Amino acid sequence: MLRAIGVASAEELFQDIPQRFRNPPLRLPSPLSELELRQEMEALAERDLYPGKYASFLGAGAYRHFIPAVVWAIASRGEFLTSYTPYQPEVSQGTLQVAYEFQSAVCELLGMEAANAGMYDGPTALAEAALMACRVTHRYRVAVLDTVSPTYREVLETYARGQEIEVRQVPQKAVRLDAETACLVAQHPNFFGYLEELDALSVAAHKAGALLVTSVDPTAMGLFKPPGAFGADIATAEGQPLGIPLSFGGPYVGLFASRQEHLRQMPGRIVGRTRDGQGRTGYVLTLQTREQHIRRERATSNICTSEALVALACTVYVAALGKQGMQRVAELCYHKAHYAASEIAKLPGYSLPLSGTFFQEFVVRCPSPPAKVNEHLLERRIIGGLDVSDQVPQGMLLCVTEMNSRKEIDALVSALAEVKG
Amino acid sequence: MEKVWQEPGDSRRHLLMERSVAGRVGCSLPGLDVPEQPMPSAGLLREELRLPEVTEPEVVRYFTLLSQLNFSVDTHFYPLGSCTMKYNPKVGEAVASLPGFAQLHPRQPDATTQGALELMHRLQTSLADITGMTGVSLAPMAGAHGELAGTLMVRAYHHSRGEAHRKKVLVPDSAHGTNPASAAMGGFHVVAIPSDRQGNMDLEALRKEATADLAGMMFTLPNTLGLFDPNVAEICDIVHQAGGMVYCDGANMNALLGRVKLGELGFDVAHLNLHKTFSTPHGGGGPGAGPVCAGPTLSPFLPSPVVLKEGSRHKLGRPPKSIGKLGGFHGNFGVLVRALAYISLLGGQGMREISLNAVINANYLLSRLKDVYHLPYDRRCMHEVVLCARNQRAVGVKGLDVAKRLLDYGFHAPTMYFPLIVEEALMVEPTETESRETLDAFIQALREIDREARENPDLVRGAPHSTPISRLDEATAARHPDLRWRAQEQ
Repeated sequence: MLRAIGVASAEELFQDIPQRFRNPPLRLPSPLSELELRQEMEALAERDLYPGKYASFLGAGAYRHFIPAVVWAIASRGEFLTSYTPYQPEVSQGTLQVAYEFQSAVCELLGMEAANAGMYDGPTALAEAALMACRVTHRYRVAVLDTVSPTYREVLETYARGQEIEVRQVPQKAVRLDAETACLVAQHPNFFGYLEELDALSVAAHKAGALLVTSVDPTAMGLFKPPGAFGADIATAEGQPLGIPLSFGGPYVGLFASRQEHLRQMPGRIVGRTRDGQGRTGYVLTLQTREQHIRRERATSNICTSEALVALACTVYVAALGKQGMQRVAELCYHKAHYAASEIAKLPGYSLPLSGTFFQEFVVRCPSPPAKVNEHLLERRIIGGLDVSDQVPQGMLLCVTEMNSRKEIDALVSALAEVKG
Repeated sequence: MEKVWQEPGDSRRHLLMERSVAGRVGCSLPGLDVPEQPMPSAGLLREELRLPEVTEPEVVRYFTLLSQLNFSVDTHFYPLGSCTMKYNPKVGEAVASLPGFAQLHPRQPDATTQGALELMHRLQTSLADITGMTGVSLAPMAGAHGELAGTLMVRAYHHSRGEAHRKKVLVPDSAHGTNPASAAMGGFHVVAIPSDRQGNMDLEALRKEATADLAGMMFTLPNTLGLFDPNVAEICDIVHQAGGMVYCDGANMNALLGRVKLGELGFDVAHLNLHKTFSTPHGGGGPGAGPVCAGPTLSPFLPSPVVLKEGSRHKLGRPPKSIGKLGGFHGNFGVLVRALAYISLLGGQGMREISLNAVINANYLLSRLKDVYHLPYDRRCMHEVVLCARNQRAVGVKGLDVAKRLLDYGFHAPTMYFPLIVEEALMVEPTETESRETLDAFIQALREIDREARENPDLVRGAPHSTPISRLDEATAARHPDLRWRAQEQ
């Protein structure tokens, strides 16, 4: 091949790199065979204690749910796995039709009119929603309820800083918005697991000429009214609960939907249905003039590669569970979480400090610091909840899903009972 | 490709909701093993949930048929320029799904996640070595996400020095499209720097823009013409002397592995696309990962978290002047596992073989095609070659037509009409994992299409002819957006 290229040595091909910088030494270890690699990776993985090996009641933004085998049997197919962004629709109809199915499912789950093909994760979807609200309203202040996850608030602040958008924290109990506010941001259920009064928040936002922007748990949408039914203008969600393994925090996918009228301010890929020259139905990337590769610095976002395969897995999950399965999972989580909460509340020294309706997460006030309680639980082979004592005194945020059997819940209650104040 | 869909209205393409039959379920769930609890008020509950009701075999058949409508690296040569569509070893998938990785919760205490944290730390160290940088954050979830991190770091750096007036970011006209969009999200305004006749950055234009309001430059290396700018060190100097920072878009790192270190060239910050260079399947458009690597000046500003090592223990930490969190947790961990697995399989010598073979393959295509397809910058390329369909345009066949005709030959098209500075551009990146036989077949197809363009132009203009659908009406799709299934269509 070098002869065909017309060079005597391969080194000639790199001669544009100035000599003094060329071929630096690397300190990387020697190569491993596939077998050695497997052994090394298995040894690393075995050092982790993980839910499944231990019982787990940890949620706070990432949730352990049952994943039917069909989900990753489909999502691992090479034809989906090893393709890329469908720039050539004639040979990407699989990816494109799946994205259209995903957008349909997202619209239905969130009760919204239009959805995109997915964002990086729940927090970035919410941050981009707030930026979009600023573009729609031409206002540059964002009001965030203090019950929104601190992680989500931090990501929103990172995203907003560059464009000098002001992020203000608003107490859930006293929402007052001024005429400069682009949107009110709420999480439903909120960080502590409780439902917000979205109807009242919607009225408050709209009265101020602001948009209502929400982030929800998609599992809860099997049981509870979606944000669209309360008048949300932009609705987002973390897609991970829909068939995606916890995987130490990623890859996940953000769901993103809005009212139809704001469609052209939406970030990310959007797939539309159309026809070919012979009248056959086909799917194609559409409204691309919003995007970075066409509009460059005036694009609605810089997002390019996102989480298409994860969105595919979510789509297969929703298809496999279907209407009944989505309802069933939500009910199982609800009843098990409420059972656990009521049993824990009976223990001396424990209480439920928050009131309202919760879904699968709730805050327990412990008789001693939650970090200490968690250490004790770990000795009983239980991964406890998140320590939220910085927000609720002695508070621990527990999560119960369909993965937690009654036996596990009862073991948690017994282990908690052993902790004294 | 198999012809699985031919006729209008073929039922095999019906949507899930059109297949739905009330009462069907595609999975089995357990019963309730705790006493039923009181339900909340009906006003909070959902009245309607219009989701598909299909069985598991129906799910499998539907999605399998859809998968067969795709071209993919596993089935086809996919020389999409700037996307590095190399073959990814399957062991990456296997190790990422080990329970100690795949089932790990991101909020567990550090003491229970030492294996995962050590893996991340090893990857940080490897990427720092490969790029010649001092600090690495694995948090960004895609290339453009890494760019956003980089622009915010540059912003934070200038603000920390009381130089918030530095608002100008230079972007060469041969950069990726995400660069100007990322600079805008960082709050900067963008000034384009033209390329000279050799495809390098115009140094005179650069010097003129190196003014007191300069925040930095975003530089794709090799650039989107597939060329390594030999003036790179001088360019970094010019920007530095004006007080700016230099960002490297490392999406094309496949050309440079083991050949040059970005930090030594003078770059202050760079992102890598792990899904491109370090082998994660592209998934139809993600997941990827876009770690951001920084030199000593910008490392304190890296996004949170980074993994720190103290003795034999690892923990998540926050750089002292961090721009903050960019996403929910620690980045796309599953992609990070695949990247470290790939680096471990290849080692240092393997890195150099990747860049060697990637560059040889691209130059082989260049040398065998340039007599037929015009080569706008007549010099050797790095990992990809940008040709143009100017000769074909002269006989009434556009670059797009050539691309569509390639699909009939069973090859995915190159990246088309990019970079914008080349008319009728065909940007071809063969990668190192393709054999000479595949490259020869691709060369033959492109030469054949050139012959067809002269002898039977309508054949090329009407292409593709063998795919499940032909060219779609994109104008109608944008004018009348149909973006979801709706009930009234039943």
